[in-house]
Amino acid sequence: MIYEVRFHGRGGQGAVTAANLLAVAAGHEGKYSRAFPFFGVERRGAPVQAFCRISDKPFRSYQNVYTPNTVVVLDSTLIKDVDVLSGLEKGGHVVVNCHTCPDLKSASVHYVDATKSALKHLKKPIVNTAMLGAFAKVTDIVKLESLKQVVKDNFGESNVKALEECYAEVKQ
Amino acid sequence: MKKTLEGSIAVAEAIKNCEPDVAACYPITPSTHIGEHLSEFFANGELKSYVNTEAEISSIAALIGASAAGGRAISVTSSQGLAYMHESLFCAAGMRLPMLIVVGNRSLSAPLSIWNDWQDSIAERDSGCMQFYAENNQEAVDLAIQAFKISEAVNLPAILGMDGFYLTHSVEPLDIPEITEVQKFLPKRVSAVKLDTKNPLTMGAYAFPQYYQGFRQDLHKDLLSAKTTIKNVHNEFAKQFGRKYGNGLIEEYNTKDAEYILISMGSAAGNAKDAADELRTAGEKVGVLRIRCYRPFPSEDIAKALDGKKGVGVFEKAYSMGAVPPVYADVSEAITNCKSRPQLSSFVGGLGGKDVTVDSLKILFGKLKKGVCKEWV
Repeated sequence: MIYEVRFHGRGGQGAVTAANLLAVAAGHEGKYSRAFPFFGVERRGAPVQAFCRISDKPFRSYQNVYTPNTVVVLDSTLIKDVDVLSGLEKGGHVVVNCHTCPDLKSASVHYVDATKSALKHLKKPIVNTAMLGAFAKVTDIVKLESLKQVVKDNFGESNVKALEECYAEVKQ
Repeated sequence: MKKTLEGSIAVAEAIKNCEPDVAACYPITPSTHIGEHLSEFFANGELKSYVNTEAEISSIAALIGASAAGGRAISVTSSQGLAYMHESLFCAAGMRLPMLIVVGNRSLSAPLSIWNDWQDSIAERDSGCMQFYAENNQEAVDLAIQAFKISEAVNLPAILGMDGFYLTHSVEPLDIPEITEVQKFLPKRVSAVKLDTKNPLTMGAYAFPQYYQGFRQDLHKDLLSAKTTIKNVHNEFAKQFGRKYGNGLIEEYNTKDAEYILISMGSAAGNAKDAADELRTAGEKVGVLRIRCYRPFPSEDIAKALDGKKGVGVFEKAYSMGAVPPVYADVSEAITNCKSRPQLSSFVGGLGGKDVTVDSLKILFGKLKKGVCKEWV
């Protein structure tokens, strides 16, 4: 089975990097993974999608992710413009960066104030690493330790703190 | 040892391990990351030279100069950037200069689009450059190494097509051959004729009407005979590195007992294999033929693979405006050599990043059963 994740964000929030880090973490666990982006326009603030597939077996597909098992939303203001739940598997998780529970018609909505964590630990509103913490809590597709290691290798300790905080604080 | 990294970075690392003498690039989406990393390797002292050119026409000029002087030369581009190299690609091929141009395949303007199709490289099909298309990033890495060797063996430029974003921006576990292994496979370039200030000579000189056509005919013949070298280098690579891609020119996937076959190139062919697998599970006799080497065109191998099949469709991300799709046209010619010619259909799709899904390709297999079909999908 191929596990599919779709990230929704805006240019500059790190959705593409989030998908990439997830693929690298899965790779560290000896899994097969592939992440790639779909840009709107290449500028800050524009809606961006990024995809990640993870599997125990090799796979070929380079198509976009249409039927995700989990959706991660880095910016809750996207919800009114983009159908973030499109194709989400029945009972699939949606993890949103939001300080209150977002208005989404899905059985499994999780939310965390990742912007708060990012501002606190990174002093800037780049929420991708924080949201990976929430993702790790909600799903068990990649180990928390693998994600922490990859985030540490690429972005250092402060990002790991943001990740850990959102792992602890994500709510349903 | 596999590393999880972006296709562009992986290809840049493979290029670095080929120890080129000159890299000359101008950034353009979606191939930018490859050039960025080559530039970084140069800054770290891991690459002999890197020329930050002011435009792609300068990149190809630098490659022509470097190759004429006997060096190993590489550039990276996409879309309008490759189009900007156009006139000099013909020079590079006509002057028999080996070099590698990695193309992050992208649509051409207008309208402006940064996304993938093959219109950019297919527009250069008549230049005399060889053209290869990678199905996945592992193949792109392996092809970069093979392409240098092939190019230097036959003295012709090589274009390596990587589907923009799908390949260039995908992060996945990849095996990058170590430099010591690459050195065994790809020795330093030895050039029989090269620019030398001590023994000056002219290259690409004037040809009067009684000579010009002969030179062009020779170029065509040499491009055709490069097929043997391409197969041999591919076999040699497979022996040393343990990875094989069909026979080097084409890859047949479940074609032997297939009644219906879809032909494609690049990452679309991988998705077509997934579509064929799903239909096979449902008992349908379908297969995929992937064209790995588009120039020289492997007509003989294609005719052999398609002989006696009921229906064949060509799916391609390019068109020859005002005529018929280019790969389809070549396959049409190839099957004139079949004893029992299949019905041939043409599907054009995936232009400007229109996603080529497994489901959409399954539908194409269905259409093949109903007879000849020519469609934009």
